[in-house]
Amino acid sequence: MMLSVQDLRVSFAREYGDPVEVIHGISVDLEKGETLGIVGESGSGKSVLSLATMGLLPRTARASGKILLDGEDILTMSERQLCRVRGRKIGMIFQEPMTALNPSMRVGAQIAEGLRLNRALSRRDARAEALRLLEMVQIPRAAERIDSFPHEMSGGQRQRVGIAIALALEPELLIADEPTTALDVTVQAEVLGILDELVSELGISLVLISHDLGVIARIADRTLVMYRGDEMEQGETEQVLRRPSHEYTRKLISALPGRVRASLEMSDG
Amino acid sequence: MKKLPFSLIAGGLITGALLVAALLSRVWTPVDPTAMNILNRLKAPGEAGLLGADQIGRDVLSIIMAGAWTSLGIAVTATLLGGAIGTLVGVSAAAKGGAFERGTMAINGVLFSFPPILSAILLGALMGPGALTSITAIGVFMIPVFARVTRGAALQIWSRDFVQAARMAGKGPALITLQHVIPNISAQIIVQLAIQTGLGILSEAGLSFLGLGVAPPTPSWGRMLADAQTFLSAAPHLVLAPGLAIAAAVLGLNLLGDGLRDLTDPRRRQAS
Amino acid sequence: MLALKRLARQIGGLGIVLAIASLVIFLLIEAAPGDPASIILGTSASPDTVAALRTDLGLDRPLLLRYLSWIGGVFTGDLGNSYTYDTPVSALIANRLAVTAPLTLIATLLSIVISLPLGVWAANRPNGPVDTLASLFSQVGIAVPNFWIGLLLILGVALGLGWLTPGGFPGWDAGFWPALEALILPSIALAVPQSAVLTRVTRAAVIEVTNEDFIRTARAKGMSRTRALWRHAVPNALLPVVTMLGLQIPFLISGAVLVENVFTLPGIGTLAYQALSQRDLIVVQNVVLMFTLIVMVVNVIVDALYAVLDPRLRGRT
Repeated sequence: MMLSVQDLRVSFAREYGDPVEVIHGISVDLEKGETLGIVGESGSGKSVLSLATMGLLPRTARASGKILLDGEDILTMSERQLCRVRGRKIGMIFQEPMTALNPSMRVGAQIAEGLRLNRALSRRDARAEALRLLEMVQIPRAAERIDSFPHEMSGGQRQRVGIAIALALEPELLIADEPTTALDVTVQAEVLGILDELVSELGISLVLISHDLGVIARIADRTLVMYRGDEMEQGETEQVLRRPSHEYTRKLISALPGRVRASLEMSDG
Repeated sequence: MKKLPFSLIAGGLITGALLVAALLSRVWTPVDPTAMNILNRLKAPGEAGLLGADQIGRDVLSIIMAGAWTSLGIAVTATLLGGAIGTLVGVSAAAKGGAFERGTMAINGVLFSFPPILSAILLGALMGPGALTSITAIGVFMIPVFARVTRGAALQIWSRDFVQAARMAGKGPALITLQHVIPNISAQIIVQLAIQTGLGILSEAGLSFLGLGVAPPTPSWGRMLADAQTFLSAAPHLVLAPGLAIAAAVLGLNLLGDGLRDLTDPRRRQAS
Repeated sequence: MLALKRLARQIGGLGIVLAIASLVIFLLIEAAPGDPASIILGTSASPDTVAALRTDLGLDRPLLLRYLSWIGGVFTGDLGNSYTYDTPVSALIANRLAVTAPLTLIATLLSIVISLPLGVWAANRPNGPVDTLASLFSQVGIAVPNFWIGLLLILGVALGLGWLTPGGFPGWDAGFWPALEALILPSIALAVPQSAVLTRVTRAAVIEVTNEDFIRTARAKGMSRTRALWRHAVPNALLPVVTMLGLQIPFLISGAVLVENVFTLPGIGTLAYQALSQRDLIVVQNVVLMFTLIVMVVNVIVDALYAVLDPRLRGRT
């Protein structure tokens, strides 16, 4: 088992009053090379789940249960151990390509940074590797773009840089939190395609978080449906989408545009 | 559940005490602040009066109280004058826009490069030291400060829907400024008034320390410090009392301003 | 190209602003009571000699002509002669600048050295012990007059402990260390309120940046909290800090006038102040213009620094 979340509960301390629990006991497993889709509306706790897996919960949060990565529990790791896990074992792609990159640093340097930090590469080698990564995520004229600042790139290109950063250290697990939500519809498919392709090529396990069932349907092997911190259902993506066992999932599916629903039914036949 | 910010309470108390001391000094001080008693010359606190006596035997506590009136009087007058002109400039720049806005803001930049002490040196050459010089020098510096703050705040109000609605209804910029802009930025103006009065007290002290402020025998904290410098080793207590008075007054007004901001800032309100 | 154009336009604007400022200064000094010729010659001089000197100084020329010749002099470095010292004003100013420039420079460096780490440290753990200490320091530091800090330093350090000098300036001819020693306490007095303001701004700016997404990206690369703070948060928080540094220049100059007075340093502030009391108005006029010039030039430099600190502002018009 690559990743195994067992009865995870997360609560946040408040300035006044008792802590609020936002995840009420989620359990989910992920095999090597598998893609898990987590779907739910905003406030369903899916982003908190991904931050907990990275060990990046804010200070005010308390988590119980287990998050086992290759059998080791993220929740009991020291900060020092976590720093070795992040980047090397788990990579993460964030929702907003606009704000997820440091505006005052060239993109090449931002990709190379993780490499230099974790692998002690020389400046020159790290730069060469960053260039290779930029080409891998299909940035046109990568040799020129490597010295661009984030604001000089389009949203789709920035998100590709985000993918390059996350994949730089060849992690075993990649978490993508709404990776295409902030992008133009035309660019969404491209970026999703790149992501899907690289994940299967490199044999990486992927946790794809989205509020968009259409995105999940495209690349997830298995799907977890969350609502307000609770699991509604989980299972094979096809199973969940074609024969939803929960009322909430049915509602999500009926909210999809007709075109997407039709494509679900087509693959049925 | 909402607590009053600590800074509001602390600032309110200190500022209240300052105000009481200043007002009280108009009707009562332990000793007449201008009365010299050469026998008490440079006496330490306790030996003559609560805070001791100065180089010509005047009671330090009494001068501090009377000095509060001077300090506060000059700072408040200058801040209100500069604040009124600055606010007028700021809201009209926001209302008119275009070349008028650019022009007034350029003049603002010029005024801002004349810190109070520099203007006081210039004005001192023109009309000699005195309360009027201090008030003008400090007030002139307040104009760009208020203009900048109120323009920014007013521009935000101008972009709101209810202002657009008022424009559609045919209201002119002057009426909109009066009815919609000023009421909505009044909280920011009050916060600035508190903080800038503190700065005014600090500037007034600096001016009278240099001899550019009120003329003797009007009591003033800054001049007390200038006098105390001569007797630094003989009577260190003369340095402590006025300095503490200035620092406490400015601290109080700053805290009051911060507290008012915390209380009225809509972002803070949402957060709690 | 765009950046150059922007700079050119700024310098043009600066010229206009300076022209207005210099005219105001000139007119105020013109309106001031006291005829320079009678000040130079003293009260006992005969009206004839005063009139002769007035012609000599060019004081009988029309107002506009005198203004233009002053401004012309500013460009050629000929600022006229001091009424009381009978030396060129430019030499006088250069002489005094050798004290004021190092004083303000050391104070600024000192305030950055104090406030940057303190503000960042405070922001790293909001409401922690360091943060409490830092906010206490900034509240009190802003409220305390720098000339009073100067007096306390003289009292406590120079007279009490016997360290450093309580005042006066031996001149740079006396050697580097004795001259520097005389500037240490004044610089501290000047730096305390500055660093209080800067600590507050740094803390707020760093806290704001630490909430940005790219800090999370950096942490996701396996970077430690502290490293992400210094490598990613601090560089992006410098913009407001530099802005504040620029806005503080008028206060730094005011402070220098006061602190020089406390420590009897022969700087520009003391020069202006003494010139005023001796009605040496030509010195007052030039010193005030010079201060104004410094404030405005620093503002242009701060604007140029923005582009260095934030690549998004480069090439913006």
